[in-house]
Amino acid sequence: MKEPPHPILAVDKVRHMGDAVAVVIAETAAQARDAAERVAVDYEVLPAVTDVRAALAPGAPLVHDDVPGNVPFDWQLGDKEKTDAAFAQAAHVTTLTFRNQRLIPNAIEPRAAIGHYDEARDHYTLYTSSQNPHVIRLLMCAFVLGLPEHKVRVVSPDVGGGFGSKIFHYVEEALVTWCSKKVNRPVKWTAERSESFTTDAHGRDHATTAELALDAEGHFLGLRVRTAANLGAYLSTFAPCVPTYLHGTLLQGLYTTPAIHVEVTAVFTNTTPVDAYRGAGRPEATFLLERLVETAARELHMDPVALRLKNFIPPFDGVNQPGYQTQVALQYDSGNYHDNLRKALEAVGYDRLRAEQAEARKQGRYLGIGLSTYIEACGIAPSAVVGALGARAGLYESAIVRVQPTGKVTVFTGSHSHGQGHETTFAQITADRLGIPLEDVEVIHGDTDAVPFGMGTYGSRSLAVGGSAISRSLDKVIEKGARIAAHLLEAAPEDLAFAGGKYTVRGTDRSVAFGDVSLTAYVPHNYPEGLEPGLEFTSFYDPVNFTYPFGTHIAVVEVDIETGKVKLLRFLTCDDVGNVINPMIVDGQIHGGLAQGIGQALLEGAVYDESGQLATASYLDYTMPRADDFPMFETERTVTPCPHNPLGVKGAGETGTIGSTPAVVNAVLDALAPFGVKDIPMPMTPERVWRALQNT
Amino acid sequence: MIAAPFEYRKAASVEEALQLLQEYGDDAKLLAGGHSLLPTMKLRLATPAVLIDIGHLHRDIRDEGTALVLGGGVTHYQVESSAVVKASVPVLAQAAAQIGDVQVRNRGTLGGSVAHADPAADYPAVLLATGAEIDVRGGGGARTIAAADFFRGLFWTDLADDEIITHVRVPKPGAGTGSAYLKFPQPASRFALVGCAAVVTVVGGICRDARIAFTGVAGAPFVDRAVGAALIGEPVDADTLDRAAAEAATGVADVLSDLHASADYRRHLARVYARRALAAALAAV
Repeated sequence: MKEPPHPILAVDKVRHMGDAVAVVIAETAAQARDAAERVAVDYEVLPAVTDVRAALAPGAPLVHDDVPGNVPFDWQLGDKEKTDAAFAQAAHVTTLTFRNQRLIPNAIEPRAAIGHYDEARDHYTLYTSSQNPHVIRLLMCAFVLGLPEHKVRVVSPDVGGGFGSKIFHYVEEALVTWCSKKVNRPVKWTAERSESFTTDAHGRDHATTAELALDAEGHFLGLRVRTAANLGAYLSTFAPCVPTYLHGTLLQGLYTTPAIHVEVTAVFTNTTPVDAYRGAGRPEATFLLERLVETAARELHMDPVALRLKNFIPPFDGVNQPGYQTQVALQYDSGNYHDNLRKALEAVGYDRLRAEQAEARKQGRYLGIGLSTYIEACGIAPSAVVGALGARAGLYESAIVRVQPTGKVTVFTGSHSHGQGHETTFAQITADRLGIPLEDVEVIHGDTDAVPFGMGTYGSRSLAVGGSAISRSLDKVIEKGARIAAHLLEAAPEDLAFAGGKYTVRGTDRSVAFGDVSLTAYVPHNYPEGLEPGLEFTSFYDPVNFTYPFGTHIAVVEVDIETGKVKLLRFLTCDDVGNVINPMIVDGQIHGGLAQGIGQALLEGAVYDESGQLATASYLDYTMPRADDFPMFETERTVTPCPHNPLGVKGAGETGTIGSTPAVVNAVLDALAPFGVKDIPMPMTPERVWRALQNT
Repeated sequence: MIAAPFEYRKAASVEEALQLLQEYGDDAKLLAGGHSLLPTMKLRLATPAVLIDIGHLHRDIRDEGTALVLGGGVTHYQVESSAVVKASVPVLAQAAAQIGDVQVRNRGTLGGSVAHADPAADYPAVLLATGAEIDVRGGGGARTIAAADFFRGLFWTDLADDEIITHVRVPKPGAGTGSAYLKFPQPASRFALVGCAAVVTVVGGICRDARIAFTGVAGAPFVDRAVGAALIGEPVDADTLDRAAAEAATGVADVLSDLHASADYRRHLARVYARRALAAALAAV
C-alpha cells in the first residue's frame, strides 16, 4: 500500500477543496475570520480529477506524484478460479454496473477542538469532538506531533453526532494543540458548516460491477464483484479497511453462494478524503447483493421472496449448531433468516400489498414494494482477527466498575457516546446486575485521564464489546463481594446467592446488603484475611468474533410518473440485533439509520464539478433528509442471541443504513416495472426517475 | 459563518431610510427580514459597510375595497395567517405558506422577497398572475409599478438603488374567479424548481380570463400568455386544460438549467404544474 504523506497544512500543492493552507490565531473568532480573508494564496491551477473512472484513465493527472495511476493499493478476497468455474456453468448471469454515490455525513454539531498547553506542567489538553479520544491521542502523539503520550490528555465530552466522521484524526486537532504551546494560550477552533461539507471525511463512492451466477432453478452459484473505491486526496485514518475488509467480507450476505470473488481498486482523486460513514462498506455490500437478487428475480420471473428463501443459509444458533463459515473469511455467529423474513412479510401484509399494487395500477397509480434482507458484521473486534486481516489497531474495549463505599457505582467505559445513549444502557446493565436503582449508577466516558485506554465507538461495537467489558468487571465485583459477604455472614462464598442487591446464604434468611459489602470493602475492619481492600475492577474485553445482526427491510413507495417524484408510503424493518437492553434506544438508532439510508436512495449525493469544486457544499444544494420526507417507521424484531458475548447482544447502530437503501431502490424499480425501467442511479431524484421513464 | 464588520442603522421612517441611503450610497444595503442578505454576508459574498434596517416599517395589511394593500415589511407568516388575505386573495396566503420553513416565514418579508427577485421565489408568480402593483418611494418621489414591469431578470428589478418598496397592491378577484399557486420544490433548498400561479375567470362554463405565471423556470418570473390564450373563450373541460398546459414555457428561450433540474425537465414540470394549477384554480372558482 502506498501511503503518501498527509501534511497538516498543504505544502506546495493543494490536493482538494478543503485542504488546509494556513492557520490564523486571533483574540476573537470574528478577528480570525477577518484575518483569514486577508491570507492571499497565489494558486497555479493544476488539472484536477474527481471521478474514479477518470482517475484510472491512462494519462490522468496524478494526485500524488509518487502514486502511479492514482492507485494506492489493489485488494482481492475469495476464490477466483472457483468463482470463474461457477460462472462457466451458470444457466443465468445477472450483471449490474452502478455507482454507490458519495455521501456527506452532516453531523448536526460541526467538528470543534480546543488545544490548551499548560506551561507549568508541560502538559497538553485537547478537547475535541471525537468518537475515540484515546485513538486520537495515540495517533497525534506517536505519529503526528511526537508528543509524550502521558503529557497529553484528550477530552471528548458530549458530542453532537458523528456517524463515523468523527472517528478520524483531523489536521485541526494537531493544529490547535501545537499552536497552543506556540502562543502559550488555549486555542479554539469550530468548523463552519461549509467547512464540514469540505473537510469532514465523506462516505461511500464506489464504482462497481457485480455479477451473480445462478442455475436454472435459481440457486446462486457464484458472485463476482469489481469495485473502484474513491478514497479522495489522502488516506484517512480508517479509509483502506472500508472498501476491503468491511465490504468484501460481507458479500456472502444471507445466502449459500458457494463461490465468491471480489477485487477492489483504491483510487486517489482531488476530493475530500473518504472514510467510514455509518455502515462503512457494509451498505455497499448489501446494496450490490440485494440489487442483484431483486434483478435476478425479475429476469428469471421469480418472486423475490421465493428466490431469497431458496438461497438463505439454514438457521444456526452457534451453540447447538456451529457458526456459518463464509467464502469470504468470516464465520457468522448465529442466524435465523427464514423466520425473520417471514415475520417481516406478515407484519407488512405482503400479499395484501401486492393485491393493492395490482389494483392501483389499474387506476394509473404506481406503487412499488421493495425488499432487502441483510447481514452485517459489527461489534468490531477481535484484535487477533483484525490484526491478521492487516489492521494496525487492537479492537478490544475497556471498562472500570468502581463501587463507591456507599454502594453507588461509577462506570468508566472506553467506548464513546455521541448520541447513542450509553449513559442509559450501560447504567441499566450495571443496575440490573447489582440490584441497585438506576440513579445509583453514573457512566463516565470520553476523557483519557479518567478512562483506561479504549477504542471508542464506531462499527456498532459499544454494547457488544464495551458493554461486555462492563459485564466482565461486574462479574469480578460480584465475585469479590461474595468473599466479603461470606466473611460477614460466616458462610462459604459458594453457599451465597446474589440477587436483589443482597447476598443471601442459600436456604436461609441470612443476608447482607450490597451497600454493607461495599462499605466493608473500604472500611475493612472485619475483613477476609489476605483480601485487598476496595471494590473496583478493570476489564479489557477482547471478544472471539464479530457479531452478525441481520434483518429484513421493506419499503412501499408511490411514484408520480408525471414528475418522477417518489413518495415513501411505508417503511418496515424487522431487525435481529440479538438481545435488546433498551428497546427505545434500539428503535432510535434504527430510525436515524433509516433516515440516512433512505436519504442515500432518494435524496443525498455529493457532486464535484470537473475543476474539483464541490457543487453540493451547502444545504441549498445537498439534500439532507427531513422528517417530512418519511412516514412513521414500523419496527419489528426477532431475537437470535449472540452466542459468544456475555450479554448475547449484537449491534444496532448501523442496520438502518445497511438494509434500507436497496429496499427503497428495489421498491421504486418495482413501481416502474410496467414501464420496463430496469435501473436508476442514486439518488433517485425526480428528474432521474422522469428520464428513466422517458427512455423506455 | 461570521460577517465582515458593518454599521447598523435602524431607520425610524421611510424618509429617514431614504436619507440614509442617500448619505451612504453604494456602501449601504437595506435590511428587512435578512433571510437572503445575511447568509450572503456570512459567506462574505456581500460586505456592505452599513445596513439600514427597514424591517419594522410598513407591517400593515389593509383591505381597500378593490385591492388588498400589504406593507413591504409584512412577514410571510402574516400573509399566510391573515384572515383578510385568506378571504380576499387566498392564492397569496397559499403561496406564503409554501415559503421556506416556519423560521423563515416569521422573519422574511414580502417587500424584501419582491425586491430581492430570486428567480425561484414564490411571490412573483402570484403577483404577476393577479396583476399586482408595487408602490415604491425614492429620491425622485413615489411611483407605482405594475408587477409585469417590475421583474426584469435574475435578481434584477425596476427598483432603483435609492428606492424602497412601501406597499404591494393586489387586486381582489371578481366573481367567477378561482386561483391557485402550486410549486414543485427543489429538494434541498425547497425553493421552487417550478412554481405556477393560475388565476382563471369562468362565466357559464367558458373561460373569460386566465393569467398563468411561472417562477423558477427562467431568469425572471413571467406570465405565460400562450397558456392563457389557449384557455380564453374555451369551455373549461379536461381537453382544454390539457391543450393549454401543453403550451407552458414553449416560448421561453432561457429556461434555467442547474444541478437539480435540466432545462428539459423544467419545461416538462412547467407543463405538469400548469395543468395542476389550472385544475386547482378551477376547483376554487
